[in-house]
Amino acid sequence: MSTTSTVSPAPAGNGAQASVETDARRKVRKRVTAMWTGRIVLGILVVGGWQAFTALGIVDKFFFGQPTGIVTRLIDLFQHGTEQGSYYADIWTTLQEALIGFAIGTVTGVVVGVALGQSRFLSDVLGPYIKIVNAIPRIVLGSIFMIAFGIGTLPKVLLAAVLVFFIVFFNAFQGVREVDRNILANAKVLGASELQIVRHVTVPSALTWIIASLHSAFGFAIVGALVGEVLGAQHGLGLVIKTSMDNFDPNGVFATMFVVAVIVMGAEWLIGKLEHRLLAWRPPSPSEVNSL
Amino acid sequence: MASRNDVAKSPITGTATAGAAAREDARIEISGLTKRFLTPAGEVFTALQDVSFTVEPGQFCAVVGPTGCGKSTTLGMVSGLDRPSEGSVKVGGREVDGITDGVSFMFQADALLPWKTVLGNVLMGPVFRGVPKQQAQASARDWLRRVGLAGFEDRYPHQLSGGMRKRVAMAAALINEPKILIMDEPFGALDVQTKAIMSTELLTLWEQIRPTVVFITHDLDEAVALADRVVVMTSSPGSVKAVFDIDLPRPRGSVQEIRFQPRFIELQHQIWDTLREEVERAYARTAGGKA
Ligand SMILES: Nc1ncnc2c1ncn2[C@@H]1O[C@H](COP(=O)(O)OP(=O)(O)O)[C@@H](O)[C@H]1O
Ligand SMILES: [Mg+2]
Repeated sequence: MSTTSTVSPAPAGNGAQASVETDARRKVRKRVTAMWTGRIVLGILVVGGWQAFTALGIVDKFFFGQPTGIVTRLIDLFQHGTEQGSYYADIWTTLQEALIGFAIGTVTGVVVGVALGQSRFLSDVLGPYIKIVNAIPRIVLGSIFMIAFGIGTLPKVLLAAVLVFFIVFFNAFQGVREVDRNILANAKVLGASELQIVRHVTVPSALTWIIASLHSAFGFAIVGALVGEVLGAQHGLGLVIKTSMDNFDPNGVFATMFVVAVIVMGAEWLIGKLEHRLLAWRPPSPSEVNSL
Repeated sequence: MASRNDVAKSPITGTATAGAAAREDARIEISGLTKRFLTPAGEVFTALQDVSFTVEPGQFCAVVGPTGCGKSTTLGMVSGLDRPSEGSVKVGGREVDGITDGVSFMFQADALLPWKTVLGNVLMGPVFRGVPKQQAQASARDWLRRVGLAGFEDRYPHQLSGGMRKRVAMAAALINEPKILIMDEPFGALDVQTKAIMSTELLTLWEQIRPTVVFITHDLDEAVALADRVVVMTSSPGSVKAVFDIDLPRPRGSVQEIRFQPRFIELQHQIWDTLREEVERAYARTAGGKA
């Protein structure tokens, strides 16, 4: 503190402010260091503990896998592929199913959500049915789709789309319902048609809700694709998991799980970017403003 | 630049030739207006009872009354957002049915779209009416300049102060050159200084395009300083208690200075005498209800 006041020829007020600033900065740096230390220690403890327990034989690596084994298996999968061919092809199949399902589910979810949010009559008529369908464990629909459409990619895409649809639909519906009444009245008085209201007011307003739902929706798209593949497929990460399971190869399951996690995190990152662009108009949240 | 100026000037000259008083289609006639609501308990609540008054074309009419007396409800029916239970609202001799043509609204709360820039917000009126994009943009920029917001076109509403947001709303309301401007406590949420500045600016703009104005306020000073006519409403169920013609000369100039003229003070007292009784009655009712 004394250093800042002697170094700068500024009046006392400035010196005090500078010392407050360095103080605050030091505190922030300390907090960040502590946070990263905590994270790294926790990571080492979990993975190292797993490795140690399996190495010492306290936990059987035959059932629960082993970190080093998982890494080896992962490298092996990428280098030598699986029974059904290249590992990259499996990844691509699952990714494709998830992406197409995600796209279909999102578009239909937004359209139906906005339509129902807009029309009192439609939502009154369809409301109870949607509740019923929502109460069904939808993952089971996978079996129906398999029966109806065979073991190609179509049933996986459909399952992913159904899972995504409901999440996006409910958020879009709610978002439309939350539109500010003053803004609506103002747009009407200014002469907006129904379609213009949807385009300029309703949809942008619901966008916050819709995008928030996309974060979890992509995870569900992957789940839909994987479950579909486990139920029966010729390619895909779900099939790799199933084969590993049948071969008593926990490392193979974990390795593929890791790949899926990386994919979902990548998608999450992209959706975050999209959110940032589409919602650029939003005021920064208080935490963003305050963080030094 | 040249083309922009052309667009900028056309609205002023257009209205000047049309003449303020000649626009018969801007007269508002409210007669026997009654509005009832069904309360959640299933009872019928009469918000407005037999309200009648007329606002002449180009006139600035202020409506004052205790809170909850049905001022906003009345305006909702003038704009066509709501339907009367009985009676009628006529604009330019035609009964209001659906959204009234040529009306703009300004609310106390922000009705700006937070996801559109300042320019985008002002553009809405022309865009909704199908004005070509270039022309709409030019006139939006011109209106932003007129309300003193040139250079802020690309900001978002949350990046502006309350007074600046009001100016955007004012530009957005006036860009359609409404024949009727409806204002529901537009400056109610502003601090006293900003409010005085905004009121003066509103008067200047109004004198340029002379729409018929219905202006709700709970601030009697504001009502007298701005209006040609002040309608005093009774407490709920609202009806018209008295109508005062304000004969202060125009242009009135600064809203802050006019307060000290003897005639202003006299009118203000007269209206307050009428209004006080209603305000006290409304207050006693709500206070009694709460106890
Ligand atoms: N949609 C509605 N349903 C039921 N009551 C309403 C509705 N709108 C307004 N009211 C009631 O009508 C009365 C007048 O409201 P309003 O016109 O907003 O008063 P103010 O003069 O303060 O603007 C209030 O008592 C209010 O509760
Ligand atoms: Mg009101």
